Amino acid sequence: MNFWAVFKVAARALARNKMRSLLTTLGIIIGVSAVIALVSIGQGAQFMVQNQINSFGSNLLFVMPNNQVQGGANVATGGGNSLTVEDVQAMANELPGIAGASPMVNATTQGVYGNQNWLLRIQGTNEKFTRIRSWPTKQGSFFTDADVLSAARVIVLGKTVADKLFPGEDPVGKTMRVGKLQFKVIGVLAGKGSTFGNDQDDIAVVPYSTVQKKLQQRTILAIGQAMVSATSERGAALAETQIAELLRQRHRIPEGETDDFRIQNMSDVAAASGQILRIMTLLLASIAGISLMVGGIGIMNIMLVSVTERTREIGIRMAVGARPSYIRLQFLTESVVLSLTGGIAGMLIGGSAAAVFAWYFEWPSLVSTLAVAIAFSFSTAIGVFFGYYPAHKAARLDPIEALRYE
Amino acid sequence: MGAESNGAVIRIERVSKVYRTGDITVHALRALSLSVRHGEFVAIMGPSGSGKSTLMNIIGCLDRPTKGQYFLEGVDVSTMGRAALADTRNKRVGFVFQSFNLVPRTSAVENVELPLLYAGVGAAERLRRAKAALAEVGLSDREKNMPSQLSGGQQQRVALARSLVNNPSIILADEPTGALDTRTSVEVMDIFQRLNRDRKLTVIVVTHEPDVARYAERIIHVRDGRISSDEPVLERSIASEVLRTLPVISPERDEEE
Repeated sequence: MNFWAVFKVAARALARNKMRSLLTTLGIIIGVSAVIALVSIGQGAQFMVQNQINSFGSNLLFVMPNNQVQGGANVATGGGNSLTVEDVQAMANELPGIAGASPMVNATTQGVYGNQNWLLRIQGTNEKFTRIRSWPTKQGSFFTDADVLSAARVIVLGKTVADKLFPGEDPVGKTMRVGKLQFKVIGVLAGKGSTFGNDQDDIAVVPYSTVQKKLQQRTILAIGQAMVSATSERGAALAETQIAELLRQRHRIPEGETDDFRIQNMSDVAAASGQILRIMTLLLASIAGISLMVGGIGIMNIMLVSVTERTREIGIRMAVGARPSYIRLQFLTESVVLSLTGGIAGMLIGGSAAAVFAWYFEWPSLVSTLAVAIAFSFSTAIGVFFGYYPAHKAARLDPIEALRYE
Repeated sequence: MGAESNGAVIRIERVSKVYRTGDITVHALRALSLSVRHGEFVAIMGPSGSGKSTLMNIIGCLDRPTKGQYFLEGVDVSTMGRAALADTRNKRVGFVFQSFNLVPRTSAVENVELPLLYAGVGAAERLRRAKAALAEVGLSDREKNMPSQLSGGQQQRVALARSLVNNPSIILADEPTGALDTRTSVEVMDIFQRLNRDRKLTVIVVTHEPDVARYAERIIHVRDGRISSDEPVLERSIASEVLRTLPVISPERDEEE
């Protein structure tokens, strides 16, 4: 018995009930396309997040004071005020592996120009910002170390902020209101684009000293965070240990005591966000997998109906010499043809959906070969698994009974 | 085997068949013995419940005896498993049923090809032999027709073509004229007689109609699971002669059926 003959008999039997076959296949189509689309979209999102993080530069390190709140005992020595501007300056001056270091002091306040206003997300930093973040200005210029020293009321706008507050105008040289104070716009940053509704260009940069003294009017000049760039990507790990040593020394932390700061590199951030997205993708894929399961039950149901309906035909085939194993193979082939057709159609639909998504969100289309392979083998396995019982039932029929069946 | 040297195609020796359903035990066949020579045309008759259906199922290798032995062309088939029985049916038995039993929505030629498909014959060879078998029953012009597009007589001729396409040892017909009108019945019996005479095919017809039985050369009566009589037909009907006495009906009528 050659397989092609079996396949042809199965295909003809399915073609006799086109509508039914189509509806049965639909369950698998939906399941497989959902798996493919969701996994591909998930991987696309993962890729984009990775990309975005990489655009920060993987040689970027963040240093934060360690908020040791265990029982409140350590607050006196550590707390939120352990990292100072001097620490940052020491890093920049003393450590050879560091290309630049800047304090980061954030604030949020209203910005007004003419009759336009916008909630500013202010990042206080120093003149090294453009270098650390590899983020140049496209108009005007960035502030200088003199501006930082004098806590000058100068501001560099992100592209989005410039567009919102100065529609159709060149903002450079204009004076705008930030909170209650007048600031001079000296530059506009190059556009970085947005991902996941998180607009990187919705930013305004001012000297950190200005944020502390003019906007926050703080007396303690501690900083919440520092941004450090290593000279190279490979030097990031070395820079991390150097910073740790320097800070322990400066903060006089004895051997054996825990750090009063934390250093985070971008690959840690990337790993963490990648993990979250992987879990999300897995979750969505397993939901889609359940629908694939339901599709399989649909196949089993329709195959059982088919076996009952064609009892007499099975009897005829057995009478003229079909072995039980052949009858089993034929019905099994029918269910596999159903599920595999659904699998291929689902793959095309899911792949297209992923491609449309990728096009819309402007990320590279990543229909993973793994997802395709899984969907393919899964749909075949479902055909075999859910088709076996009906096929076995058909093969077990007694030809005499089957021929008598009305 | 001695059976073969005697020219016996079928040798049944003290075959019993017992059905048990719950507390009820039915003895369908009671130590029945029977022998059919090669090229014989035999009719099996008997009232319902006589065991003739059981006998037919055993002869056709659809069922196995509870006790006793059945040799088909010298091969003991009474202890075969399901797969081996299927192979035996495929190679040695051609079935013709009262209700034709063609696979629906499958063309005449494909229905005839079925036994060859299960015999593992290649596609081209299958088609050639199926066409030849259809020609033998006079249906060359109906190869592509579906069973629903054929009259009862034509459907039974397709079934006949299917039964003989794999050159079986015996053709087993169960009430082959039961669903046909008089003239068509005679036409079908004519084909049986022709195949029996020209190709020396062994034909066994199970029927309850004495008229039909008389086309055979030997009639076996079964009653209560035993053979009650086994006699040659003295005045055998010849279908081709009977046909001449019947009024000729226009071929259109055949189509409408």
